[in-house]
Amino acid sequence: MSADRVSYTLDSTLETVNNAEETASRMAAEAGFDDEEIMKISMAVREAAINAVLHGNAYDPSKKVTLAFERTARDLVIVIRDQGKGLDASRIPDPLAPDNLLKTSGRGIFLIRSFMDVVEIHPSHTGTELRMIKHVHGNPADSKEAPQ
Amino acid sequence: MKSSTRQVDGVTIVDLSGRITLGEGSVVLRETVRDLLSKGQKKILLNLGDVNYIDSSGIGELVSAFTTAKNQGGELKLLNLTKKVHDLLQITKLYTVFDVKDDEAAGVKSFSK
Repeated sequence: MSADRVSYTLDSTLETVNNAEETASRMAAEAGFDDEEIMKISMAVREAAINAVLHGNAYDPSKKVTLAFERTARDLVIVIRDQGKGLDASRIPDPLAPDNLLKTSGRGIFLIRSFMDVVEIHPSHTGTELRMIKHVHGNPADSKEAPQ
Repeated sequence: MKSSTRQVDGVTIVDLSGRITLGEGSVVLRETVRDLLSKGQKKILLNLGDVNYIDSSGIGELVSAFTTAKNQGGELKLLNLTKKVHDLLQITKLYTVFDVKDDEAAGVKSFSK
């Protein structure tokens, strides 16, 4: 089965955050996810884009964000990379800990992990790659072509 | 995001609509609450019935509004959560932190006199 892949190179701007969310929503719809799953996927991508633009690239106009979608028969795979210093996810405090509940930030990675089936964070000195997967439940493309 | 305020029995109801997200509604919410507190309007009921989307920045802004009001001797409560916002507050364990109401009249009455 061939895979559908598409990737974008984006500026480190708020517009990129909104574009990433909208693109994710469209890709998730095309992959056959229902409305609730589409919302989760698009929100996970929005949070990942916020991390990349704000915390990774720090709005630096010389740094780019790359966003890639790959659809296979079983998964929607989304990879977002920045050119920042590298995110050490182990140093992010647990946002559900009682002492952290009233903090005004630090929930992005938690939400991504809540909404996606697989989340991998690969930091390096040249930036962070965040890879997330949502499993496709059923294949609407196949079912459309199935004999009645 | 749009924001408008009205007074009911000494309580300021803030009707919000749209998205509370980074770079959009977050700033509107922050400025609205700060403005109310600076004018001494410290009983605030945020009506989120027409808020259809909120991200981590928006959640942070709700927390900030809540703690800012509390630190200034005020009270801030939430009214009419949509399912999306309700679910987000559940998974972030904030549903029990906020005082959440689903009836405006009861919400207004719940503020201390």
